[in-house]
Amino acid sequence: MSDNNYTPPSKIGKWFNDRLPLLTLANHLTDYPTPKNLNYWWTFGGILTFCLITQIVTGLVLAMHYIADTKLAFASVEHIMRDVNYGWLIRYVHANGASMFFLAVYIHIFRSLFYGSYKSPREIIWILGIIIYLLMMAAAFMGYVLPWGQMSYWGATVITNLFSAIPLIGEGITTWLWGGYSVDNPTLTRFYALHYLIPFLILGLVVLHIWALHVPGNNNPVGIEIKKPSNDTVPFHPYIVIKDAFALLLFLIIFAFFVFYTPNILGHADNYIEANPLVTPAHIVPEWYLLPFYAILRSVPDKLMGVVAMFSAILILVALPWLDTSKVRSAIFRPLYKQFYWILVIDVLILGYVGAMPAEGLYLLVARVATAYYFIHFLIILPVLGLTEKTNPIPLSISEPVLAGTAMATRSTGEDKIESKLKSLG
Amino acid sequence: MKKLTAILLLSILLFQNYALSEDTEKLLKTDWSFKGLFGKYDRAALQRGYQVYTEVCAACHSMQYLSYRNLAEPGGPEFSQEEAKVIAAGFEVLDGPNSDGEMFMRPAKLSDKFVMPYDNVEAAKAANGGAYPPDMSVLAKARKGGADYIYSLLLGYDDPPADIILDDGVYYNKFMYGNKIKMPVPLSDDLVEYNDGTEATEEQMAKDVTSFLMWSAEPHLETRHKTGFRVIIYLIILTILVYLTMKKIWSRVETKV
Amino acid sequence: MSDKKQKNRRDFIFTATATAGAVGVGAAVWPLVDQMNPDASVKALASTEVDISSVKPGQSITVVWRGKPVFIKRRTQEEIDKARSVSLDELKHPEKDEDRVKNAEWLVMLGICTHLGCVPLSDKGEYDGWFCPCHGSHYDTSGRIRKGPAPINMEVPEYVFLDENTIKIG
Repeated sequence: MSDNNYTPPSKIGKWFNDRLPLLTLANHLTDYPTPKNLNYWWTFGGILTFCLITQIVTGLVLAMHYIADTKLAFASVEHIMRDVNYGWLIRYVHANGASMFFLAVYIHIFRSLFYGSYKSPREIIWILGIIIYLLMMAAAFMGYVLPWGQMSYWGATVITNLFSAIPLIGEGITTWLWGGYSVDNPTLTRFYALHYLIPFLILGLVVLHIWALHVPGNNNPVGIEIKKPSNDTVPFHPYIVIKDAFALLLFLIIFAFFVFYTPNILGHADNYIEANPLVTPAHIVPEWYLLPFYAILRSVPDKLMGVVAMFSAILILVALPWLDTSKVRSAIFRPLYKQFYWILVIDVLILGYVGAMPAEGLYLLVARVATAYYFIHFLIILPVLGLTEKTNPIPLSISEPVLAGTAMATRSTGEDKIESKLKSLG
Repeated sequence: MKKLTAILLLSILLFQNYALSEDTEKLLKTDWSFKGLFGKYDRAALQRGYQVYTEVCAACHSMQYLSYRNLAEPGGPEFSQEEAKVIAAGFEVLDGPNSDGEMFMRPAKLSDKFVMPYDNVEAAKAANGGAYPPDMSVLAKARKGGADYIYSLLLGYDDPPADIILDDGVYYNKFMYGNKIKMPVPLSDDLVEYNDGTEATEEQMAKDVTSFLMWSAEPHLETRHKTGFRVIIYLIILTILVYLTMKKIWSRVETKV
Repeated sequence: MSDKKQKNRRDFIFTATATAGAVGVGAAVWPLVDQMNPDASVKALASTEVDISSVKPGQSITVVWRGKPVFIKRRTQEEIDKARSVSLDELKHPEKDEDRVKNAEWLVMLGICTHLGCVPLSDKGEYDGWFCPCHGSHYDTSGRIRKGPAPINMEVPEYVFLDENTIKIG
C-alpha cells in the first residue's frame, strides 16, 4: 500500500475521501504496480472474479423462480427451462458456469504450483485460496442437489454419508445434517439456504485474498522479488486490465460454446430424472471437478480411512508452503521439480479418470498407485527435492538480467508460454 | 509447450475412452435435423411425432411438464392456435371446485398441462406389471445417448439370444440397460395413419416421435442455437478489438504481450 | 502528420472497443431484467370464462382474473336507472354508464380501488355502489368514483358474452 497519501484533485472528491477513503482505494487499485512479465496464466485471477460474479448474479435470478421443496423443486427447474423468459439461458449459464469456475480455479492453482506463488511471503494468500476452493466445492455440491434429480439425491446421500465414517458421533452428525433419517425435504431446504450463503462468504474471502496479494504484490514467472513500482512493473490499469479482458474474452468464447451448443455434456443424464429414494442409478459419479478426490476416497478399502485420505488430499495443500523447502520459487529454474510437477499434473488427471470409472480391477489398482503418488509428491518428494536439487542460476531483475545466458532462456520460455496459451485457447 | 500438448492429448484420450466405455451396443444413427450449430426442428416431423405420441405412447406415458399451448409456440410443432385449441378440447381435465364445492370435468384449454394417463405413479405401476412407464417430458435428456438412444430403443426389439430366459411380460431389447424391458414392442408399420400422407413405417414413426421427444425436452433449442451463433460471433469481434487495444496500450512499454 | 493519423487510429480502436463492450454488457443484462416479466405460463392464463347462470338480480359475484378480483354484478332496474340518471357534470371522472357495460343488466369491472389497490366492499357507501374501506372512496352503481381520494372510475376489463350464460374475461 504505497499510496496512502493520495489526494483527489477535486474539492468534493477530497471532502468525500476524507470521510470515506474510497477514492484512495480506487487509486491504489488502478495504480497497483504489477510485474510486467506476467504471462497469460496470471489472467485466471480476473477470470475467476468474473466467474464468481456470474454465478452470484445468475443464481440470484434463478432463486426468484426456484422452489426448494422435494415435491416442487424438479418441476420448478422445468418451469425455469420452459416458461421463464430466458430461463433456459440463465440456468445453463449457471450450471456450466460452475464447471468453468472449477476449470479456471484448477488452472489458477496449478499456475501457483508451477511458479511457487505459495511460498513466503505469500502463504496467507495461498491458504485463503484453499479455503475458497473448499467453499467452492461445498457450494457446487449443494447446488447440484437443488434440481432434485436422481444424481442430486444420490450424490447428497453418498456425500453426507461420508460423515457417518467418523467414530462414535458420525451417525449423529449425518442425521443432524439430514434433519431426518434420510435425505429429504429438510435437507433440501437447508442446502438451499447454505448454497445461497456460501458465494457471499467466498466473495468476502476473495477480498481478503486480494488484500493479502496487494501486500507483497504479485509473484511473476521468474519468481524473484522486484522493486515496486519500478522499471519492472506496469500500473494495473490499463495494462493488466486490458490483458485480463482479452484473456477473459477467449475464456468466454469457450464458455459460450458449452452454454449454447453442448449445455448438458458436463452434467449427467440421470439428473433429468426426478429423485427417487427407492432406486439408485447404475453409476453414481460426481461432477468432473470432484472426480480426483472421489478416486482417492474409493481407493482406500476402509470407510473411515477413505474419508480421511480424501480430506487430507485437500488439507495437505495448506501445509504446502512449508513442505516445499526450496528457496527458489519458479519451476523455470528448478529442472527436477519441473519434471515432478508435470508428473503430478498427469497423476491428478489419471485420478480424475479412474474416479469416473467403476472401482474394480485395474481401475482400482491404478487409483491406488495414483493416490499413493499424490501423497508421496507432497510429503516426500517436495521436502527432499528442495534440499537436494541443484537449481539453475536466477537473474537479478526481470528487465535487466545480469546472467545473459539465463535471461535468454527465460525470455524464450515466457514467449513460448504465451504462444502456447494463445493456441490452446484460440 | 510439448508437454502441454501431451497433457491435452492425454486428457482428450481419457475423456473419449470414458465417453465410449459404457456403450456395449453401438446406437443406431439417423440424420437429426436438430443437430449441429444451426440445427432446427423439422415442423412436420414434430407434428407427426405428436400424433405418434398421442395415439401410441400416451396410453401409458405421461408428459406432465408440457401444456397444450406449447404445441402452438414458436420453435415447436407450431400447430396454429386454432389447431392447438381443437387438440386441447379433445381432452377432459378435472377442474373445480365449483360454487357447489364439487369437482367437475371440462374440456382442456391451451393453458392446461397434458392430461396424464394415470392418476399417480403407483397406478401407473399397477397397470404395467410393476414397471413405471417414465414421464416423457425430459426423457430425451434423461438418457445417455439422448435422441439416438430413444430411436435405437424403439427399433431395438429382437429375439433374445439362447442364453437369456425372459419372464412373462418381459421383452428383449438390444439397447436397453440389462437388455430386459417391460414395454412391449411399441411400433409397427402403419400403426398410425399420418395426416400428411407420409408412409408410417416403423423407422419413420420412431424418428418422428423421437424428434418430438427431443423438442419436448429442449423446447428452446432453436433459440439457443440462433442466440449462440450471434453471441459467439460478437465475442470473436470484441476479442479482436480488445486484442488491438491491448497491443496499442502495451506498445508504450517494451515488454511483449 | 503521420503522428496525428496514428493517434486518430488509436482513438478509433479505443472507441470501437469501448462501444462494442458496452453493447455486449447491455445485451447480457437484458435477459436478467426480462426474466422478471410475466412468463409464458402466466401469459397463457390471460383469459377466464365465467358461468353467470346462477346470479340473481341484485347479486354480485367475484371471480379471479390474472390474480385480481373481478366484480360481476347483475344490476336491478332501479340500480341501472340510478346510474343512468346522473348528469356527467357531477362526476369526477365523466363516463356514461352505457359506455361501461355491454349489457345494461351486467356490470363487469376490476374490483380494485383506483386509489391504492384495495378491494372495495359492495352495496356500501353513500352512492349504494361500492365503498373502499382503506381510504374512504365511494363508488356508485356503475362503479364510478363519486367521493374520496380515488382519481378514476373502477376499470372495466376486456370481456365478451360467449352466450347468455357465459362471460369470457380477457
